[in-house]
Amino acid sequence: MCNQSVGLIQRAVEAAGISTVSITLIEDITKKVKPPRALGVPYGFGHPLGEPNNLALQHAIIAEALALLEDKTPPPILKSSRQHDMLVDSNSSTNRIA
Amino acid sequence: MAPLRKLDPFSRFFMKLYRGKHYEATPHTRLRLPLNECRVALITTAGFLLDGQPPFESGDCSYREIPNATQTQALINGHKSAAYDERGLETDPNLAFPLDRFKELETEGKIGSLNHRHFSFMGSITKPEALIEKTAPEVGHKLKTDGVDVAFLTPV
Repeated sequence: MCNQSVGLIQRAVEAAGISTVSITLIEDITKKVKPPRALGVPYGFGHPLGEPNNLALQHAIIAEALALLEDKTPPPILKSSRQHDMLVDSNSSTNRIA
Repeated sequence: MAPLRKLDPFSRFFMKLYRGKHYEATPHTRLRLPLNECRVALITTAGFLLDGQPPFESGDCSYREIPNATQTQALINGHKSAAYDERGLETDPNLAFPLDRFKELETEGKIGSLNHRHFSFMGSITKPEALIEKTAPEVGHKLKTDGVDVAFLTPV
């Protein structure tokens, strides 16, 4: 539910006149809520920025998301992250509703 | 990015039954300044809060203000959900509220500045009407009043 909540908050903040970008863990929910800009990441719930204390990965994800703000494509923009190979510990946690 | 088929069976079943919000149109505010001149605020639905703030209830649409001066290790994980592994977040709150990463971007001059406050919501909201009608627009208004140009949002 977190991913829907983020999209709903994002829509309201964008409507208030602020440019917004979000991270999403579930593409299917984000496609329905249609926030203006979202970066889809392949990580488990609780891990939107990949891994704890992996500064390089966290910065790479943030940079990819911030770049969507300068994308000239008309919103909604939903892009998949390219940072698949930067995990230090690749144990994949199963996604459950957060 | 996780498609629904990658969820465990319980969550997939829940998501199929749950009638989520579905919109056709998207609000759009064009970025008016280069990022290195923008004032940025963070919003998380990880349910973080600070010592002394009221705890979140289940399905709570309220929010807590997180001052920019907060040390990330002082953030308390207030998200009442057993649905995910919280150890990562408790080790490093930046995982869902990247305040330290954005302070680094501010120091490097990649963003203009960080706002004096950020906002934390709960994530597990199955009845989001109060969020849509009241609390989310309220946060939008506060950020606008603060002169914020960009909001960066993270789920959990």
